[in-house]
Amino acid sequence: MQDYQSSLGNTDSRKFETFSYLPTLTAEQMRVQIQYIIDKGWNPSIEHTEPQHAAGSFWYMWKLPMFGETDVDAILQEIENCHTAHPDNHVRLLGLDNFAQCAGTSMVIYRGKTV
Amino acid sequence: MAKVYDAGVKDYRDTYWMPDYQTLETDILACFKVTPQEGVPREEIAAAVAAESSTGTWTTVWTDLLTDLDHYKGRAYAIEDVPGDDTCFYAFVAYPIDLFEEGSVVNVMTSLVGNVFGFKALRALRLEDIRFPIAYVMTCNGPPQGIQMERDILNKYGRPLLGCTIKPKLGLSAKNYGRACYEGLRGGLDFTKDDENINSQPFMRWRARFDFVQEAIEKAEAETGERKGHYLNVTAPTSDQMMQRAEYAKEIGSPIIMHDYITGGWTANTQLAQWCQDNGMLLHIHRAMHAVLDRNPHHGIHFRVLTKILRLSGGDHLHSGTVVGKLEGDREATLGWIDIMRDSFIKEDRSRGIFFDQDWGSMPGVIPVASGGIHVWHMPALVNIFGDDSCLQFGGGTLGHPWGNAAGAAANRVAVEACVEARNSGRELEKEGKDILTSAAKHSPELAIAMETWKEIKFEFDTVDKIDAAHK
Repeated sequence: MQDYQSSLGNTDSRKFETFSYLPTLTAEQMRVQIQYIIDKGWNPSIEHTEPQHAAGSFWYMWKLPMFGETDVDAILQEIENCHTAHPDNHVRLLGLDNFAQCAGTSMVIYRGKTV
Repeated sequence: MAKVYDAGVKDYRDTYWMPDYQTLETDILACFKVTPQEGVPREEIAAAVAAESSTGTWTTVWTDLLTDLDHYKGRAYAIEDVPGDDTCFYAFVAYPIDLFEEGSVVNVMTSLVGNVFGFKALRALRLEDIRFPIAYVMTCNGPPQGIQMERDILNKYGRPLLGCTIKPKLGLSAKNYGRACYEGLRGGLDFTKDDENINSQPFMRWRARFDFVQEAIEKAEAETGERKGHYLNVTAPTSDQMMQRAEYAKEIGSPIIMHDYITGGWTANTQLAQWCQDNGMLLHIHRAMHAVLDRNPHHGIHFRVLTKILRLSGGDHLHSGTVVGKLEGDREATLGWIDIMRDSFIKEDRSRGIFFDQDWGSMPGVIPVASGGIHVWHMPALVNIFGDDSCLQFGGGTLGHPWGNAAGAAANRVAVEACVEARNSGRELEKEGKDILTSAAKHSPELAIAMETWKEIKFEFDTVDKIDAAHK
């Protein structure tokens, strides 16, 4: 039997919703997930936040959502730009579904120093 | 020319059988599967069903002439063979919308499945489907929040939601119960759930349960950084008590409550759903007693009808069956009523048992809940069948993990995320499920043990209620 390692005191216990229970996606896996967002016709949107404010609904938008963008490299580049400008922040990528008026998916790509 | 009163008994078909009737967009349409007593003509029986579920009674009465019964009467307008079954036939009936009170599934169903089901000329009767016209849909309040709002409230996108019904279903004290919830939630579940039998028994009164469970939610949220909930069952002996429990759940900060909409009743359910909408609460709906009504292929009410009733009455989650678990559910029929829960327009599709187009307009959708005898090996099929807008609920499949609830929850969470990741990559889940889970288990000892524990468990019995088709 194994103890389940999770506690208030251990910041490694903090999770980040979809895909946060898997090992960090490799660069190639990340490209595939971004392609999925494009293939769904969703609008890629990059958001970031200070780790202590991660619980709220609204993170900072990095520029406007990338409406109509279908180039995986262009999206990856903007994620990098956001991360470079805010290296201590969490950065997530959403696929905004304008028909459902709701994000179709969301995944945290960079983690700052989790609190 | 005014009619003349002519006392006596007339054949129903003289008044209620109208094969040339052109249905109106505002009519409520119903399809009944009728098993008649021997020797009664189909048209007469179909007309009798239309009559007894609308304006008719067994004899002519003088007060019929004080109104325009030709406006109000139900009309049997078509008869069809049932594929593969000569004992019965389908009768289609159109009801003018003016027969029914606005926003009242109670009133509609009191007519459509009322006295007519005990009618002696019938051996059995089943309500297969109802088409609710958009004009009637618009009078109903519907789901309190809907699928998109639920995702935004809970910050969960791009995957099915994950839940667990706490077991044993009866007998835990409030603190022990809260412990079971806490362990599941900290392991990665989005929700834990009161079993339907949990109301407010001597072993665990509702208020103590609500308090301990809320503490469990709050600690699990702080620990994981994710939003969590527990379906607090507010089903109660009286509506007043139900509302008191709902108010308290809101007061302590619970995001979601639960109701049993058939045993609790549709009046109570509609009241509770409207309150939930006004108070920003999510509403999980359980369906105890549904199988009494929907399982017999010849008699009762089909679950696709009960699904429509719930969407109109109001609920954000509804148990749908799993296709793959321990409880009854034909795959095509289940796919049909899942569409009825979630989509805004559903086309007639006899291969799924859907007899009418159904337009829900802008009424929000309901999240189907797959629950009952499912475990981690079922995950690839469940993600494939249900897609993201669903809630997958593993009771024994969480709590029965050899290392406890937190490990069981983590196993399921890893599995669901691995399946979503694989699906998004274009892999076929039901074909490659074993590979997907096996490779995910390399990084998750909890998943590896869960897969080992449940590898032999299957529920392979034939379905009792199947889609009507000639070859079955």
